[in-house]
Amino acid sequence: MTAPTGITRVTLLKDLRLEWRSKDAINSMLFFSLLVVVVFSFSFDPSAEESRQIAGGLIWVAFLFAAVVALNQTWARELRNQVLDAYRVSPAPPNSLFIAKTLGNFIFVSVLEALMTPLFIVFYRLRALGPAWQLLLVAVLGTWALVVNGTFFAAMSLRTRSREIMLPLLLFPISIPALLAMVQSTTAILNGEGARFWIVLLATYDLVFTTVCLLLFETVLNAE
Amino acid sequence: MKKAFPILGVLTAILLIYALYQALVVAPTEKTMGDVQRIFYYHVPSAWTAFILFFINFGASVLYLIKRNPAADIVALVSAEVGVVFCTVVLITGPIWARPVWGIWWTWDMRLTSTLVLWLIYVSYLFLRRFSSSGETPALAAALAVLGALCVPFVYFSIWFFRTQHPQPVMGGGGSIDPRMLHVLLINWLAFSCFAFLVCWSRYRLESLQREVDHAHALQSLLDPRGSVR
Amino acid sequence: MNKTYYLLAAYAVTWIIHIAYLGTIVRRYQRLQGEIKDLKKPGPRS
Repeated sequence: MTAPTGITRVTLLKDLRLEWRSKDAINSMLFFSLLVVVVFSFSFDPSAEESRQIAGGLIWVAFLFAAVVALNQTWARELRNQVLDAYRVSPAPPNSLFIAKTLGNFIFVSVLEALMTPLFIVFYRLRALGPAWQLLLVAVLGTWALVVNGTFFAAMSLRTRSREIMLPLLLFPISIPALLAMVQSTTAILNGEGARFWIVLLATYDLVFTTVCLLLFETVLNAE
Repeated sequence: MKKAFPILGVLTAILLIYALYQALVVAPTEKTMGDVQRIFYYHVPSAWTAFILFFINFGASVLYLIKRNPAADIVALVSAEVGVVFCTVVLITGPIWARPVWGIWWTWDMRLTSTLVLWLIYVSYLFLRRFSSSGETPALAAALAVLGALCVPFVYFSIWFFRTQHPQPVMGGGGSIDPRMLHVLLINWLAFSCFAFLVCWSRYRLESLQREVDHAHALQSLLDPRGSVR
Repeated sequence: MNKTYYLLAAYAVTWIIHIAYLGTIVRRYQRLQGEIKDLKKPGPRS
């Protein structure tokens, strides 16, 4: 099976299976996500009115932290078993590996977000005044933006000192426009205002950065 | 080439002093802000210089990715470093200007915010350079530089829209500028550009020399069977 | 009068930053020169 999509699928399934088997990692991540929500709730105790204004920012910061922890995990496993060397030597196109990793991370982070969201809704008494399906769209686009860059930078940080801190250090600045879009669109939807500009910006960001990461991933993979 | 350096250094110093004189004495005093406005003649040229240097970094990084030219890699490193220095100047003179004029140290206005994000992106680039222990650091850094540069239009666009939704006082004013002020501004820009060029040149020479020395050290430890003296 | 201090502070800070950076370049250069001298010397065991 040397077709790129075949390789992607196999790699992705392998990753998902490994994650499912190593329940430790999943459980600690879930608990971490819960902790983040609770700690944020203690830090900010807003009224229902205020919470609609700030929840967008809080939720996405919480998601961002969860994503960073998740991203750090996934490449570390590859490194431990010298799987990366095997990939480099094999005739498999590097992009398949990248897409597989990104999709795996996307699924993983989405699961975390799906678990954190009800908690946020309950703790902050959230109620969307705008169309809720748009919130789902923002979640998908936003998570993809974080994960596609995050997977790329995680691969880049593999051979750096202080690897765990390197990932957020590289990811956060470049994600700022996307983060602004995620937060503003979420806040707008919660308050029943228009979020079209931000959603379009986020989609454009996703398109541009996914393309460039795909183009540059081979460089990064061979550089390790 | 090396002989030219001290001469250019002296010329640049003279130009900088002349530009300073223009900024402090010759330029007309601004009506509303008074003398504090003269910070403008240092704040804006530093910003323009930083942007040009970051653009050079982008060009050098792309060139490196295509041709793997070591000189391009050094240019990328140097332009990012000196760019961050100038960007730091912008971010510090900005609040020093804002405080007496607006009463606040910081405002999340378009220009300051975008400059801050730009600074963050290129500082993260420098961190990657510093902490990466891969032999292929130049390629990794170049990839990061490309992503960072592509991010810049998004930064400006997103902050622009954010600011039109939530307006704040605009730093540095907008609109037309007195031609005499423009003249002084351009003189200062020229002076700082020459200065930036000389700083980059020195840093370039330092980096080339550093790499040669590192090579020599590596060779020495390879050739000496009893281990390196270091 | 107070406001002029801000002007001087801004200009001073600019040059402090630039001179500090130039200082790091000079310092590293001097250290490199020391290393070059060491490299040119024959090692104690060679």
